[in-house]
Amino acid sequence: MTEETDAFTSLRVRPYLLTRGRTRSVVELPMEALVQSTPDGNSRLASLDHERQRIVRLCTEPQSIAEVSAHLKIHLQVARILVGDLVSEGLVATHTAPTQTNERPDLRLLERVLDGLQSL
Amino acid sequence: MSNPIPVKIVVAGGFAVGKSTFVSSISDIDPLTTEAAMTKVSEGVDDLGDATSKKSTTVAMDFGRVSLGQELVLYLFGTPGQDRFHFMWDELVRGAIGAVVLVDTGRLEHCFPAVDYMERAGVPFIVAVNAFDGVLRHHPDDVREALDVPSHVPVVVTDARHKAAVRDTLVNLVRHAMAMSQATSQAPA
Repeated sequence: MTEETDAFTSLRVRPYLLTRGRTRSVVELPMEALVQSTPDGNSRLASLDHERQRIVRLCTEPQSIAEVSAHLKIHLQVARILVGDLVSEGLVATHTAPTQTNERPDLRLLERVLDGLQSL
Repeated sequence: MSNPIPVKIVVAGGFAVGKSTFVSSISDIDPLTTEAAMTKVSEGVDDLGDATSKKSTTVAMDFGRVSLGQELVLYLFGTPGQDRFHFMWDELVRGAIGAVVLVDTGRLEHCFPAVDYMERAGVPFIVAVNAFDGVLRHHPDDVREALDVPSHVPVVVTDARHKAAVRDTLVNLVRHAMAMSQATSQAPA
C-alpha cells in the first residue's frame, strides 16, 4: 500500500514529463476504451522506450485506459496521451462501444449486456 | 473472435455507502484505482503552462471489471466520494449505460447530490437501497418519497456484499436504460 502511494506521489511531481508537456491526447478516448497491442506493436517491442513498452506489453490482452493507468501508476490523462500516440503509430488499436447520438450505448448493445449479466 | 467491446456503469452514492464493496462483489479482478489530476475550475482548466501557480487536485477512482461472454467487458466505476470531485463525474458518465445510486437508509441525505446530478445530466439511473448488515431500515417506497425520485426511476433493494444481489441490481439498471432508450427513440424529433 505504502509502495503504491509512493509510486503515485513520485509521478505526481511532474506527471506530464512522460507526455513531453502535452495535456491533450490526439484521440479523445473514454477511460473504458479497450487497448490492444497490434502485431506491429509486439514485433517492435524491444525498440520502444520504457513506458511505451510497458503499455504494449500489458495490452497483449485487451485492457482499458483506466487499467493502463492503474497498472502503470500513471495519471489517467497521461495514460490517454501515451495510448493516443501508440494508436497513431499503429502499435496498439483501441475498441470503443458503438453509441447513439446522445453517447449512450444503443439498444442492441444493451440487450447483449443484459444477456451477459443474466448468465453470470 | 470479433473485437471486444467495453461498456461502463457508474456506481454513485455518498461516502462509505458500500460502493467499493458493491464493485468488488462482482468484479473478476481485485478492484483497481486510477488517479486523475485536474486543475481547479475557478483557476482555469486548460492552461497548465504555469500550473505551479494553480491548485491541482488529484482524484482517485476505484473500478472493477466483469467479462460478459467473450466479447463484452463491463467496467464498474465508483464515483469519488466527496462533492468537491463532481467535476470528474461528467467524464465518468460520458458513454455510460447508466448509474446505480447506492443509498444507506441511515444517511439518506448523502445520496442527494448523486440523484440530483444524474437527473440533471439525463443519465439513466436507479436507486439501490443497500441493506446494510442485512437489515433494511426503510421501505423502498419511503426512500422514493424522501428522495423525491421521479416515478419512472426504479428504487430497488440490494446487498452490496452479495454477487447475486449486485448482478440483479445491474440487470435492473440495464432494463431501465433500455426502456429509456426506447422512449427516447420513439419520441417525436
